[in-house]
Amino acid sequence: MSEALLAVTDLRKSFGALHVTDGVSFDVRTNELHAIIGPNGAGKTTLIHQLSGALKSDAGTVRFTGADVTRLSMVERVRRGLARSFQITSILDGFTVLENAAMAVQARSGSSFRFLRPASKEAALNDEAMAALARVKLDDRAHRRAGSLSHGEKRQLEIAIALATGAKLLLLDEPLAGTGHEESAVLVALMQELKQSHTIVLIEHDMDAVFALADRVSVLVYGRLIATGTPEEVRTHPDVRAAYLGEEEAA
Amino acid sequence: MFNLFLLQALNGVQFGILLFLVAAGLTLIFGIMDLINLAHGVLYMVGAYFAATFTALTGDFLLGLAIALPAALLFGLVLEFLIFRHLYERDHLDQVLATFGLILILNEGVKIVWGAAPMSVPIPELLSGSIPLIGPLQYPFYRVVIITAGLATAVGLWLLVNHTRVGMLLRAGAVNAPMVSALGVDIRRLFMLVFGFGAMLAGFAGAMVAPILSVEPGMGDGVLILTFVVIVIGGVGSVRGAFVAAILVGLVDTLGRTFGPIVLRAVMDPSAASQTGRTLAPMLIYILMAAVLFFRPSGLFPAKGAAA
Amino acid sequence: MSAGTSDVAISGAVPDVAPRRGGVLAGRGSALAAALIFAALAVLPPIASAIGDPFLVVTATRIVVFAIAALSLDLVLGYGAMVSFGHAAFVGLGAYAVAILSSHGIDDVLVQALAAIGACALFALVTGAISLRTKGVYFIMITLAFGQMAYFFMVSLSAYGGDDGLTLSARSTLFGLPVLAGDIPLFYASLAVLALAFLGLRALTLSRFGRVLRGTKENPVRMQAIGFRPFAFQLTAYVIAGALAGLAGVLLANQAEFVSPAYMSWQRSGELIVMVVLGGMGTLVGPIGGAIAFLLLEDWLALFSEHWKLGLGVLLVLLVLFTRGGIAGGVERLFGKARP
Repeated sequence: MSEALLAVTDLRKSFGALHVTDGVSFDVRTNELHAIIGPNGAGKTTLIHQLSGALKSDAGTVRFTGADVTRLSMVERVRRGLARSFQITSILDGFTVLENAAMAVQARSGSSFRFLRPASKEAALNDEAMAALARVKLDDRAHRRAGSLSHGEKRQLEIAIALATGAKLLLLDEPLAGTGHEESAVLVALMQELKQSHTIVLIEHDMDAVFALADRVSVLVYGRLIATGTPEEVRTHPDVRAAYLGEEEAA
Repeated sequence: MFNLFLLQALNGVQFGILLFLVAAGLTLIFGIMDLINLAHGVLYMVGAYFAATFTALTGDFLLGLAIALPAALLFGLVLEFLIFRHLYERDHLDQVLATFGLILILNEGVKIVWGAAPMSVPIPELLSGSIPLIGPLQYPFYRVVIITAGLATAVGLWLLVNHTRVGMLLRAGAVNAPMVSALGVDIRRLFMLVFGFGAMLAGFAGAMVAPILSVEPGMGDGVLILTFVVIVIGGVGSVRGAFVAAILVGLVDTLGRTFGPIVLRAVMDPSAASQTGRTLAPMLIYILMAAVLFFRPSGLFPAKGAAA
Repeated sequence: MSAGTSDVAISGAVPDVAPRRGGVLAGRGSALAAALIFAALAVLPPIASAIGDPFLVVTATRIVVFAIAALSLDLVLGYGAMVSFGHAAFVGLGAYAVAILSSHGIDDVLVQALAAIGACALFALVTGAISLRTKGVYFIMITLAFGQMAYFFMVSLSAYGGDDGLTLSARSTLFGLPVLAGDIPLFYASLAVLALAFLGLRALTLSRFGRVLRGTKENPVRMQAIGFRPFAFQLTAYVIAGALAGLAGVLLANQAEFVSPAYMSWQRSGELIVMVVLGGMGTLVGPIGGAIAFLLLEDWLALFSEHWKLGLGVLLVLLVLFTRGGIAGGVERLFGKARP
């Protein structure tokens, strides 16, 4: 068994009296795809904000590649290889698809306080960006304006940008949100392929996708993890059935 | 020296009270509507002109003031109807441009209507004269009236904000306007009310200073900037913050101008001290603002909490 | 990755930055528009002397100087998405650098320009670092307040004229030579500075630095998520813009042979914003066109009435109210130029 790339211990976050993240502990092993599922309002998005550094945690620790990153900002975590995608598509609409990815390469390739040479002509940046785009099958769209992509393509670009940061670990926040059936199939195939090279934390509503992709699944309910295990273990876990799947069936 | 200090401190408080009257409405407009309004200073100016005109017409300052207040309210409501309600949804830059244009219009407008020459309003007989402080020290009665009227307004506002339903909506609106709107409150009407009321408060401040300052075009511009400093220090959307910051700014500015050179004389020769003091004194409040911002980027009493 | 595809990206970059506010002079014609404007300005002095109107050159110099200031503001406003309302302070500081040094017998334009750039960069660094800790309405108010601080500083600086300003004994010299003494040389010197600023900012906005700045304008959260700290980039842009505005001030002092705190007043800052937005923010040729249009409009309105500011104010309010997407969008529709 490989060692933990990401180790979360007793993580907490409250908004007033509301304990949104209530003592969450889990770890993510190198090269696994670890899915986090849970009903609406379980605190999944808050958790991913805490993991990525967008939100400060009240207590607990987040360790990444053995180092404590709990107090580090989002920028510092990205630089260490912890990249996230956004639940609501967050790309630079006004730039080309290539530039969206090249900007992420630029962030880790030398100083960005260079003022004269046109950045969009830097072959080294563009080559790496193209490689990231190729992995998500967007290379043929490279010179389109990002805002003109279809919704599914924008979701692919989100992932390409995270890849282009040089991430070791991808935090994917509902990559399938709002996608149609075909778009979703493309993205699932893409994540299947990414699993070979990257460690992934996947937050997702689509149960079919989660059970098809995940090595392990953690179930978050009202800010607490009630179970962690293989998809099969989680599927048959009585608490999970009661708290989560039962609710789904009832709804 | 102590007597001078006492007098200047009173002047500072009086100045602060005026700034508070202008800032109270504006901080709510910023906080609740997220609207940057550069034209609030001209409402102060318009209030002063209304007071001057109606005093001249009726021959009585108090009567003039009584007419000027509803006139300022009406003027604010008309501006809201014509211009501001179309700006709520726009970005800050559009708001800056439109309200900048409005300043140009109103500053020129008063020149056309009332002429470019300053107007003066006599202090009413009833409120003139001085009252004794301690020993031989006297203080102009009219300034005491301004301080009292301002404090009374502040108390009234405090009661309104903290103990009425409208006040509750105002406080909630400063924290989260969409939520208030989701509660089924007609947010547009609330905006209109706040704007009209804010205009009246600014007009009230202008009317009150009409007898002690000259009423002239552009008189609102300087006040506007000071009001911004007050709001930034106090925290956008906080009436309490506006009050504390206004008194602070009033005191620092007034005392700094008088005592800056005196204090500096202790460390340098007199002529250099008075030169340096006169140069630095007007900058004191900006330095104060920078210092507050450095430690508390959302002001002393941030309405939106730490998240903003 | 072939060079050919890179070209697509670069030519697409400029219009794509500001999809909402393109301005009259935005878009693919911008290079052409810039070339036309510079050519027209370059041949202006011979035409002015041919038609016997030397005052035209004086007006044109003023326009060119304000175009430089507007261009520098555009870096902050149009590319950096910072609504700065204190930009005139930098112009004024630059002008005072000339006047103060000159009153002490230092007339060399290079020394004066260095002092202006240094003073403005320092002022921008300090005030920018404090202002950028905040956002939105705070940022606007704070930049305005710092601008006023500089204004009041000059007003109370009685050793250098205070409220009344300071008259220059002569224009700046270069290595002791009065090269700027004539109006025409001063005009060409100003035009050269404008051209250099235009080309320099063009390179800058397309560079690595400029790309991060433009990205931050569009989506700061995304930029942080890929590892950029917006603060450092915005502050650097603020400092560069301040220094360039200071250079405009050096030229302004020479053009007027007079400086006063009025150069730094907040109305001036507002006018600079109007120029940038009128011409088209986020484009480089826009602010130049905006400065030309604004100053000509000002002169033209002044012909009709001493109350010309009323007309300007009405125009501003109407443009904002009755055009979607602000002034630039409205002017655009007026000229019937549709954007995709």
